[in-house]
Amino acid sequence: MEGGQEGGQEGWMDGRRAGRRAGRMDGRQEGRKAGRKRALRRCGREAAGMASVVLSEAEKLYIVHGVQEDLRVDGRGCEDYRCAEVETDVVSNTSGSARVKLGETDILVGIKAEMGTPKLEKPDEGYLEFFVDCSSNSPELEGRGGEELGTDIANTLYRVFSCENSVDLKSLCINPKEHCWVLYVDVLLLECGGNIFDAISIAVKAALFNTRIPKVRVLEDEEGTKEIELSDDPYDCIRLSVDEVPCIVTLSKIGYRHVVDATLQEEACSLASLLISVTSKGAITSMRKVGKGSLDPESIFEMMETGQRVGKSLHIALQKILDEEENLGTSRPKTEIPS
Amino acid sequence: MAAVPLGFHRSEAREALRCQEQTWLPSHRPCCPHSRWRRPRPQARPRQQPTWRAEDACDGAKMAAVTMRLPAARAPLDSSALRGGEKHLVAPGDTITTDTGYMRGHGTYVEDDKLIASVAGVVERVNKLVCVRALKARYNGEIGDIVVGRITEVQQKRWKVETNSRLDSVLLLSSINLPGGELRRKSAEDELAMRDYLQEGDLISAEVQSIFSDGAVSLHTRSLKYGKLAQGVLVQVSPSLVKRQKTHFHDLPCGASVILGNNGFIWIYPTPEQKDDDAGGYTANLEPVPLSDREVISRLRNCIMALVTHKIMLFDTSILYCYEASLPHQIKDILKPEVTEEIVLEARQRLLDSEG
Repeated sequence: MEGGQEGGQEGWMDGRRAGRRAGRMDGRQEGRKAGRKRALRRCGREAAGMASVVLSEAEKLYIVHGVQEDLRVDGRGCEDYRCAEVETDVVSNTSGSARVKLGETDILVGIKAEMGTPKLEKPDEGYLEFFVDCSSNSPELEGRGGEELGTDIANTLYRVFSCENSVDLKSLCINPKEHCWVLYVDVLLLECGGNIFDAISIAVKAALFNTRIPKVRVLEDEEGTKEIELSDDPYDCIRLSVDEVPCIVTLSKIGYRHVVDATLQEEACSLASLLISVTSKGAITSMRKVGKGSLDPESIFEMMETGQRVGKSLHIALQKILDEEENLGTSRPKTEIPS
Repeated sequence: MAAVPLGFHRSEAREALRCQEQTWLPSHRPCCPHSRWRRPRPQARPRQQPTWRAEDACDGAKMAAVTMRLPAARAPLDSSALRGGEKHLVAPGDTITTDTGYMRGHGTYVEDDKLIASVAGVVERVNKLVCVRALKARYNGEIGDIVVGRITEVQQKRWKVETNSRLDSVLLLSSINLPGGELRRKSAEDELAMRDYLQEGDLISAEVQSIFSDGAVSLHTRSLKYGKLAQGVLVQVSPSLVKRQKTHFHDLPCGASVILGNNGFIWIYPTPEQKDDDAGGYTANLEPVPLSDREVISRLRNCIMALVTHKIMLFDTSILYCYEASLPHQIKDILKPEVTEEIVLEARQRLLDSEG
């Protein structure tokens, strides 16, 4: 106001602009301060780009000391998983589906097999495509936030399945260079309760076990055009072998020790985690470190050993439940999700 | 002169946390034991050459515990013997009454001369007013309630506290006790030092002082039993499961203490040895809690989760009965569905026997 009144005729515009600028700066500074505070709070909550809880320092200390003594908040040891519920064939219009509930975490995976052309560098193999959707989880994961987390998870899955013998891709080929089966794996994150990577990999393995790809025959005409014929029998299908499909084991470093299957509170206390994908025979197919903390190479060795051990028991338990479900057949009471 | 809180310095807690995380000094690090089927204290073991061979990792005694199961519908508990079974429970769409003489309250609407419920809950009738109190709802504050809340914002002369209600609750600077039990008017220096008292993420126990016109609740910690909470475990349940009682601070005989917040936040913590009255609610013990106390706290936490799964009202007696029923089982087994059902049935039976 004073700036506007000061100055002569020629400077009144500058004066007024200066006065306006001064007033606007204050307002903008306030807004920026508030925005910075909000951003700091958001940063504090973004552990790996996913919704995490806020804990007080004393609570974190309690959790860290508990992990040291091998007694976590819910009574588990450092290498125990929460009770998991696995169910396959839940979505009727897919080739294979599975739903996994690991404590609070709820994952739904659906696999659709469609005809496509093989990739140029691998003409006699089919391939898998992963899509992850996190939007149904919480309001902050809708839109852009969920997309970032979704692409992160999808890239991890691509890496895990990039190992050559994890899925027998040659069996997905129909005509080399022309036709092959493409498996579109859709992952839905229904609820995030910590340890989503493990749950997603268990669900993907269960869904692959459940996938039924119809058998096709290639008929060749006189002109040379190939026609693909689906067999009429709906039960005539090929199943994939999931013996070499790896499962991800997340090891979170809390204090001096590492825990398997961390809850949201434990993830808030852990600065660094290691994601290891292990096959049922104990072979490690990929490894990835997440988190802003650092890991000592010796602790990485220890975590890899633990990951192998835990991964093997995970595969054994999962295979047992999948076989049990298979043997029950149609007599199992289903909780079907309407399509 | 603004008093600096004694004892519980935020920097001390952060220092303690940081010492745990220095992983680049191998001498600080105890080696983790390998045998897992028993829960031994961590002992130092000679460092072995790391091996990657799968055969070495496979050993029957060292298998990690992974349990998977097929989902099964949970059988509802037999509700015929419940006390207070005369409660009129309705679901959305149920007709409450066809009598047109009643005034409709919250949770109801009129259609075709019938009063129909719009939420799932209990019908409450006060003279001519009929309303339905929802079972699963946010916390509605009432004056005199004890709540446990988490600080979300630090504003100019007040803190915003998250208490699982529709609006964040407010804790005014004039409503807190200063550390040391000082009684004086809060000055401008106190306002600048607000973050030293309570920061974002801190847990407090407080009492509802008043309710604003928009429904937001104003809290106060003007007693030595309220204040900042230290080490312990927070369990979040639905507010309708916490029974209203004379006191919500319980020192359970099993060795831990529990605060049953009316807003559904339950705080379980180790019983402090001596009651320090001059602390003003800000001192906290940052030393590691002993293993025996931890086991009690974890067991209590799992018992509360078990009671919540079966929608049993939470008060000190029910939690204690559930705790005693769970003693034969291992702590981590309490959350398995079959064990949960067994424990909750036994606790319910004891509750019914003690009343009837």
